[in-house]
Amino acid sequence: MKLMPWLAVLKPIGRPWDPPLIACVLLFFAGGQLVLMSASPERVDALWLHQILALMALLAAAQVPFRWWFRLALPLYLVGVLLLAAVLLFGDTAKGATRWLDLGLVRIQPSELMKLAAPLMLAWYFSLRRQSLAWWDHAVAFGLLAIPAALILKQPDLGTTILVVAAGGFVVFFAGLSWRLIVPFVLAVAIGVGALLAQGDRWCQPDVVWPMLHDYQKQRVCTLLDPERDPLGKGFHTIQAAIAIGSGGVWGKGWREGTQSQLSFVPERHTDFIFAVLAEEFGFFGAAALLAAYALLLLRGAWLAARSPTWAGMLVGGAVVGTTFIYAFVNVAMVSGMLPVVGVPLPFISYGGTALVTLATGLGLLLSTAARESPGSTLSGWRRVR
Amino acid sequence: MAKSMLEDGSEIVRTRRRLWWLVAAILAGFALLLGRMYQLQVGEHERFRTLADDNRQAFVPIPPHRGQIFDARGEPLARNVRSYTLEIDPAQVKDLEGTIERLSALVRIEEGDRKRFLRQMRDQRGLGSIAIRQHLTDEEVARFVAWKFAFPGVEVQARLFREYPQGEATAHVVGYLGRINEQDLERLETEGLSGAYRGTDYIGKEGVEAAYERLLHGAPGWELLEVNAAGRAVRRLDRREAVSGKDLVLTIDAGLQRFALDAFAGRRGAFVALDPRDGSVIAMVSSPSFDPRLFLDGLTQADWERLALSEDRPLFNRALRGTYPPGSTFKPFMAMLGLASGKRQPGQRFDRQGMFEYSGVRLYDKKSNCQSGVDLHRALTFSCNVYFYTLGNELGIDAISAFMGKLGFGQRTGIDLPNEAPGVLPSREWKRQRFKKASQQQWFGGETLSTSIGQGYNAYTPLKMAHALSILVNGGVIRKPHVLAATLDPVTGERIPVAAEVSGFVKLDPAHVDAALRAMVDGARIGTSARAFAGAAYSVGGKTGTAQVFSLQGRKYDPDATDEDLRDHSWYIAFAPAEQPRIVAAILVENGGPGGKTAAPLMRQIFDYYFSSREGTGEGGGQ
Repeated sequence: MKLMPWLAVLKPIGRPWDPPLIACVLLFFAGGQLVLMSASPERVDALWLHQILALMALLAAAQVPFRWWFRLALPLYLVGVLLLAAVLLFGDTAKGATRWLDLGLVRIQPSELMKLAAPLMLAWYFSLRRQSLAWWDHAVAFGLLAIPAALILKQPDLGTTILVVAAGGFVVFFAGLSWRLIVPFVLAVAIGVGALLAQGDRWCQPDVVWPMLHDYQKQRVCTLLDPERDPLGKGFHTIQAAIAIGSGGVWGKGWREGTQSQLSFVPERHTDFIFAVLAEEFGFFGAAALLAAYALLLLRGAWLAARSPTWAGMLVGGAVVGTTFIYAFVNVAMVSGMLPVVGVPLPFISYGGTALVTLATGLGLLLSTAARESPGSTLSGWRRVR
Repeated sequence: MAKSMLEDGSEIVRTRRRLWWLVAAILAGFALLLGRMYQLQVGEHERFRTLADDNRQAFVPIPPHRGQIFDARGEPLARNVRSYTLEIDPAQVKDLEGTIERLSALVRIEEGDRKRFLRQMRDQRGLGSIAIRQHLTDEEVARFVAWKFAFPGVEVQARLFREYPQGEATAHVVGYLGRINEQDLERLETEGLSGAYRGTDYIGKEGVEAAYERLLHGAPGWELLEVNAAGRAVRRLDRREAVSGKDLVLTIDAGLQRFALDAFAGRRGAFVALDPRDGSVIAMVSSPSFDPRLFLDGLTQADWERLALSEDRPLFNRALRGTYPPGSTFKPFMAMLGLASGKRQPGQRFDRQGMFEYSGVRLYDKKSNCQSGVDLHRALTFSCNVYFYTLGNELGIDAISAFMGKLGFGQRTGIDLPNEAPGVLPSREWKRQRFKKASQQQWFGGETLSTSIGQGYNAYTPLKMAHALSILVNGGVIRKPHVLAATLDPVTGERIPVAAEVSGFVKLDPAHVDAALRAMVDGARIGTSARAFAGAAYSVGGKTGTAQVFSLQGRKYDPDATDEDLRDHSWYIAFAPAEQPRIVAAILVENGGPGGKTAAPLMRQIFDYYFSSREGTGEGGGQ
């Protein structure tokens, strides 16, 4: 790739890498700086740090040969599940949700680890069962996925649960889950959503308790169905974000000129709702450019995944791409009022070091899976053996 | 081979195919999002832009400072004082009861405070905070501020309060402010002034506060603020300062007001003093009075019952709105008519004045000075009834009501205070309109007799009596009484005096005027009020009046036996100094009995105070 020779400074020693992907990431970082300078200038310094850390994580993860990642799959998964259990037992509570584990020196969020550990674990399992893949292997995979998902949902953290399930689900999907199972599932989801839309008013009555979901999660869904239900309270975020986006128009109000954003009408404007700031200040073209950049990144990622020398690599790489897509899609859809407000950040743009590092590590993992082992490495050995 | 096929084939191929599905999903998903963006940002852009504009700008009115009110010597009558209030925004507080309960642990909140809070919450127009406690002490402010975090939606605010330093003494003249109510709001709207009152809670309800509301109020300014979703101002975009209301200087003498009210000592009555030279009102007192502060936030039930239902009617401005038969204080004006009409000459004497018989009814006057040799001077000095019966009978009601109408009887003086009562000047025409039955509509000659001594249907305000006397003193020049002396611009200090207004002229012969006034001077010297004014340090002329509350219908009137509320009203009208009057006054004491016994001594007290207090200022009175 002679496309961008100046990016060679980032080229890790001895490992292949992918300039278009890195370029996309740097583009997002630049965009993130720009938007954050408008949304929350006081946080720009911290963002630099986050982005440098994320870039290091990306390059470091890419450096790690995929076979090492492969061997780490089971331990990472087990540690992750244990930590999630520990969070529920000993975790710190903030805003009604217990997500953090204080290890004395650092506070970690084990659910973030699961976003990578879960797909790795499933890919590992499918590789193990590759020769004799049966229908129940998918069931086992779902079981392996259900354990961390349930633990995270219990925290409660619907956004992360969705992402972990999506990451694992993509692995199951790429591993060849029969369409005969996928189609009914998709139908069931569609019917559920349809029923919710039709029956929302009844189900959203205060005395109706929804199974599995917390009251605030129910409220979020209900608010989505009818934001005007509570314009001063829960529907407020949705309404104000929609006003911000809509008032941006075709060309936007200009950088730092977005009244909705600058006057704090947009909630969480530096994190989950940063897209509203971008859309208000840079308009339809800004939003379209961002979506195009995501498409570029993801298509490049899918291409890399497809070219992975190993099947497990394809599964993990595909899951990373798919998860990143889910991030972007869910975030933009929720900010623009198409999905309930779940805590999913805009990938590579939203302020928040943990998510940024996780996403970057995922891309590093993708690069790692896509790397062709140099001749003389033990690649063929483990691949054959497995 | 099969194994190799599997390796490079089926799973890999299937996974690659599925990656294509992912690519398709990505493209479809982003296409969907793009469509949504297009819908919001292009399709519905106009709607959202309007919503966004509404979101961020707020005009916040800056209420003007209300003008202050001073008396003629600069004593404050109404001023603004800064005071701390504890205010609750009901929209931000869920548990009002509990919050108030917890607050009461920090600051003293009495039952009255709670009631006022609830009342104002009920009457509130629009949103906003409502005071739960006013006039916090510094200590209470400090205590609350320390605990403020525990009371979201509760704030301490420094507010300007109207204060009436003279309290009851000037309550009726100065009036009071009250909260803007529905009627006020309607009126402001029809006058196109509702914008001028945005941000203002109070409006003048009574007295000068109401009469000069426009001058006092000023014009509000505004701030154009950018506000965030929480309603907090983020940035000021534009600002126009409010224009403070004008300060008012009144013609009122606060010291005299205080003294006069005290002199009444709770008796029902009124005192009005005018400066005949320019029509300015030196004092206007109605007793009993009330504390104007009570009206600021609406009367409590207890205060309302005490004030409005009291038989003494302290809220009633007797000087301006109480109408009473003037009794013998009407006689100087009758005398003027007698002279003007040529029916009487100043030195013309009459004998056998002890009794007047009219169609079989005998009216007696037993005063020793009124029996014989009664001329106009003596008739006024000693208040001889028969002289005026005879005169009235000769003149007839039409001549009387025509002349008295010229002097402004039965009409408003036009004073710059609201809701002046016009009083009643009886006439044939008046009686025709007053009564429905034909038998009652007819004017009877006997009624002319009682009219000519100030009884019967006659009913005038104390203000009018003082005013009428000042017309006499002025030789027929009618000056409109006024309480406003000047307006002061609080910023530039520019003082604009109010010009004295001559509202009319009655042709009076100076010799006739002189005769009537000299008789009144003798009335205070040797006549009906001689005892009251014995040894006065100034020269004074006056006329007593004793007005029947109702017709005794032939029963003999006994001042001691009659129930107090049936006892006669006591009048006195006076001017001083006699040579060049600077003060003309009328006093009325309801059910006070004979004017010479009650009203005249009261006038003496007040005049004494007035002239002695003026001594120091070089305006010392009298001889």
